[in-house]
Amino acid sequence: MGIYLPIAELSANIVVLLAMGAAVGFLSGMFGVGGGFLITPLLIFYNIPPAIAVATGANQVIASSFSGALAHFKRGTLDFKLGTMLLLGGIVGSTLGIYVFALLRAIGQLDLFISLLYVILLGTVGALMMVESVNAIRKTKDGAAPALKKSGQHNWIHRLPLKMRFRASKLFVSVIPVLGLGAGIGFLSSIMGVGGGFIMVPALIYLLKVPTNVVIGTSLFQIIFVSAYTTIVHSTTNQTVDIVLAFVLMVGGVAGAQYGAKAGQKLRGEQLRALLALLVLAVALRLAFDLFVRPNTLYSLTGIDGGHL
Amino acid sequence: MRLATILAAALVAALPAFGAALAQAQQANPENIQIGLSTDRVAITADFSGADLTIFGAVENADPLINRQGRYDVIVVLEGPAKPVVVRRKERVLGMWINLDSETFENVPSSYSVATTRAFRDIAEPKNYKQLALGADNLYIQPADTTDDPVTIAEFTAALRERKKATGLYSERIGGVQFLSANLFRAALSLAPNVPVGTHRARAFLFRNGVFVKETSAQLAIYKSGFEQTIYRFANNHAFWFGIFAVGLAMLTGWLGRIIFRRD
Repeated sequence: MGIYLPIAELSANIVVLLAMGAAVGFLSGMFGVGGGFLITPLLIFYNIPPAIAVATGANQVIASSFSGALAHFKRGTLDFKLGTMLLLGGIVGSTLGIYVFALLRAIGQLDLFISLLYVILLGTVGALMMVESVNAIRKTKDGAAPALKKSGQHNWIHRLPLKMRFRASKLFVSVIPVLGLGAGIGFLSSIMGVGGGFIMVPALIYLLKVPTNVVIGTSLFQIIFVSAYTTIVHSTTNQTVDIVLAFVLMVGGVAGAQYGAKAGQKLRGEQLRALLALLVLAVALRLAFDLFVRPNTLYSLTGIDGGHL
Repeated sequence: MRLATILAAALVAALPAFGAALAQAQQANPENIQIGLSTDRVAITADFSGADLTIFGAVENADPLINRQGRYDVIVVLEGPAKPVVVRRKERVLGMWINLDSETFENVPSSYSVATTRAFRDIAEPKNYKQLALGADNLYIQPADTTDDPVTIAEFTAALRERKKATGLYSERIGGVQFLSANLFRAALSLAPNVPVGTHRARAFLFRNGVFVKETSAQLAIYKSGFEQTIYRFANNHAFWFGIFAVGLAMLTGWLGRIIFRRD
């Protein structure tokens, strides 16, 4: 059954789109991620113009993160002050990202840049996760208890100036890495259409040493507002948010997430992380394949501003 | 794929009355061609997946002898709104396929659908088509920078046509025009699923014994209907509020999802 996407200006199969949303929703429910890093490449594989895939992906991330965030807001498991600082950085990064996005689109290098960013980021994060989870699985098999994180351990980040106190996280840390992390993820959000949870969560845990109980809530808080900002700015400057496409994906995603969450409870943490790592690596490989294998046609057509015709 | 058939009914009523006066006028002012569309608007709805467009037309003052020999030919073209296009070519850099060279063209018809009575080579000499810029291969495509190497321009022009054909926007139907009677003909053209919206121009060319005689044209507006159009207009005219709305819709969906599938 076809559905006409008014902004992408093409008709797509609604069943395929719903299934895509549900599959990504299932995985995001299972692994507790937003799923933006899956939905955008999937849309690109499905021949949705990358500029629209990115902006629509950012819009879809809001829906999948919002229900999770509500739960955390209710329980109060978030650091509001830390989230706000991350958000401030995020808005700066996202704004910069939108400019870079428009520039790359005009010179015809946007698709390449999106693919490269995905390959590099997903490849790195996937490989790191894989190593970490395989080690964890091996350790539990050997019978040894997984090593506990040493708290109070200081690294270079704690020697930076402009310190600020974050009560909910029991942290006294420089605001520079917080703003920088927020900005970096905001930048990725506007270029890749991702929420950035897959970078934010490990960065908060390992770099800033934020207690795990507030990590997810704080990360979701930042993701929702940065994705919202990205969606609005993409809509204003590039008119690339396809609301019909986003809505179909959201409906599939929200439903799929519930089943994913149930399936996720049956698996152990390190197994779950190993699976997620495999998935992330598979997406990276698929995108790398398209970059390195000679395309069917060497020519492509775009409008004068780099947008689709 | 559901093919919506948009029928443009005949507009033949305008055929002039026959008479002695006409016979004289025929000498001075020979054959003429007319086409008519019953509708000048085609709506693209949510389930649009391409359509067939039928255009009816008539040859006026046709010479009965030539008619009997079947030496009248008609070519009907539906041309989409012209837009500037950038053609890019990928090359291998460090193992990756990257867009390097590009060429910008001005006023490229966004779509170009042709129907003919017979194969092009059987209707007229190739030079006639060149003069008329008729047919996807003869369309004059104007490069933005005419000082570029002609070989490069030719290569990118060919690539542009090839891409347009591959995406179904430039299409050809040999035999798509059929004479229903001595004067009346019907042209069947395809509208691709990705047909661009805007004002399209239908043009009909009449050939007699391989010689171009007359051309006529009519306009057809292709537009997004109701809901699609509302969204498209909202997104373009009130881009900021559209963004706010998209965010609101996402939050609402997320919130509803939580209520419907409550887990905690």
